[in-house]
Amino acid sequence: MLTVETIVQSLASGLLMGLLYGLIAVGLALIFGLMDVVNFAHGEFLMAAMYATFGCVVFLALDPVFAAPLVAAALFALGAVVYLGVVSFAMRAKTNVGMVQIFATFGLAILMRGLAQWLFTPDYRSIPTSWLANKTVPVFGVFLPLPQLAGALVAIAAFGGLYLVIRRTDFGRALEATREDAGAVALVGINRNRIFALGWGLGAALVGLAGAIMATFFYIYPDVGASFALIAYVTVALGGFGSVFGAFAGGILIGLVEATTAMIMPPALKSVGIYAVYLGVVFLRPRGLFGSI
Amino acid sequence: MPTDFPERRRRLLFVAAALVVMVAALPLFVRDVYVQNILVLTLMYAALSQSWNILSGYCGQISLGHALYFGLGAYTSTILFTKFGVLPWFGMLGGGILSALIALALGYPCFRLRGHYFVIATIVIAETAYLLFLNWDWAGAALGINMRVRGDSWVTFQFARSKLPYFYFALGLAALTWLVTWALEESKWGYWWRAVKDNPEAAESLGVVVFHSKMAAAAVSAFFTAIGGSFYAQFVSYIDPDSVMSFHFSLLMALPAVLGGIGTLWGPALGAAILIPLTELTRSYVGGSGKGIDLIVYGALVMIIALARPEGLISLFAPRRRARVGK
Repeated sequence: MLTVETIVQSLASGLLMGLLYGLIAVGLALIFGLMDVVNFAHGEFLMAAMYATFGCVVFLALDPVFAAPLVAAALFALGAVVYLGVVSFAMRAKTNVGMVQIFATFGLAILMRGLAQWLFTPDYRSIPTSWLANKTVPVFGVFLPLPQLAGALVAIAAFGGLYLVIRRTDFGRALEATREDAGAVALVGINRNRIFALGWGLGAALVGLAGAIMATFFYIYPDVGASFALIAYVTVALGGFGSVFGAFAGGILIGLVEATTAMIMPPALKSVGIYAVYLGVVFLRPRGLFGSI
Repeated sequence: MPTDFPERRRRLLFVAAALVVMVAALPLFVRDVYVQNILVLTLMYAALSQSWNILSGYCGQISLGHALYFGLGAYTSTILFTKFGVLPWFGMLGGGILSALIALALGYPCFRLRGHYFVIATIVIAETAYLLFLNWDWAGAALGINMRVRGDSWVTFQFARSKLPYFYFALGLAALTWLVTWALEESKWGYWWRAVKDNPEAAESLGVVVFHSKMAAAAVSAFFTAIGGSFYAQFVSYIDPDSVMSFHFSLLMALPAVLGGIGTLWGPALGAAILIPLTELTRSYVGGSGKGIDLIVYGALVMIIALARPEGLISLFAPRRRARVGK
């Protein structure tokens, strides 16, 4: 039955999940804003982060909370390597540029899934014990699961940190300048390639943080990225492609819509609500909520 | 190029006819059922990818949701046959028309979207349909529908003992989609589509009705994709949402055209002829181990071809064809 309590309860967990969706999506938005490239292997970055967290727990006996910075650092390296090894080549294409980017990163996604299956088998893994797992925290009479709550706090902190990096550091200014005009920045001595590589690293590190949190309460398997990737694309598009803070707002909206849909429709159809909201928004605002023309 | 224009067109037709005759003779030499199966799939994907190519290649509206039309074709003919006894031939035509109408209805709001917003809309719409079919009990839900078996006959388009009828139908469908593309390529529509792809604003200012061009491309593309879906349902005689409507199919339809050469007449067929046998062979030789080596090979291949040959493999054969400014 729907009572006020259950509604508040599910909206609260929807909000937490939404913040996490925002964190998953923000790297995608950052990279797109920087260089107009959609990374179709974004979900596989998340999968890699989850396996990395799993590895830290199993082999180093580290709690996911402490593994998260390590995982983010590892993903930073992965992102930079993928840019230098794949994407920088894709950007050199003279014809069908959009198509080449889609299918180069999509090929990478399949390759990463295959590698995960080869290295770790298709089995479902979960992290046996963690400091966060199976705890709930009462907040104003609503019980919030600790992993999701921690994830939401990490997401808020990450967005705050990202805001400071973009607004207050030389790197952030270089990032903004490159986003505005990638050609002109060379004239003021900014190495475009270096900024792109760092941007990919930063974007991947953010999804790495999300993966470390996700690993504490979600199964880990080679295809895990696929389901979250679609939500991440929708989140980014809903917020407006390239808008980092649009991804934040889009994530929250999607979390709330998902929770609402799950209350009124069979749980198997909860994604339908997300898709309907996406279509409704872009039909009215073809550039998403915060996208610029 | 000095060649007379209609003559070049006629020569294309002649080459295609010669190819069809050669492929039609293949079963005389290939008696292995496993290989025949691969041939059927290759021809089917050549037809599907050619249909996808009309909307996404020529008109430049990249759809990653064509699994919707494939699934609608498969479900329409299968439901009409198993539940109402309507012969698959009528179901196939009905599915094609239904898909074309749905493509028009969806195109009305979607064609106002550009770039990635459009691509994601196509994925999301197909995914919604997939979820609805997965939960629609009357249409078999997740369990799917088993085709009612009525013995081998062209009337019911069912053949349990031989793959050859399917082979010839798939060949016919691939040839038909090629012919339709060939006819449209140099028609008014073909020119409009390329204008819309290259620069919609300029096209609009020159009097091209951009919206109607996209709608026409979507309808033709959806119609033939659905015919392919009905064919596939007859061929495997069992369908469920995962096997005919999942996102995977949308990609499988796009890949041959992308690898062969998007927006070209021969690209989809060439891409399918390379990709499908390769996929099937890696799957059966190294995929059985469950170690994901087939995925590694496949992924690496897609990545390398996309990076090394942005204009598609067709450019290896015709290096000096007139260059077209792509997006």
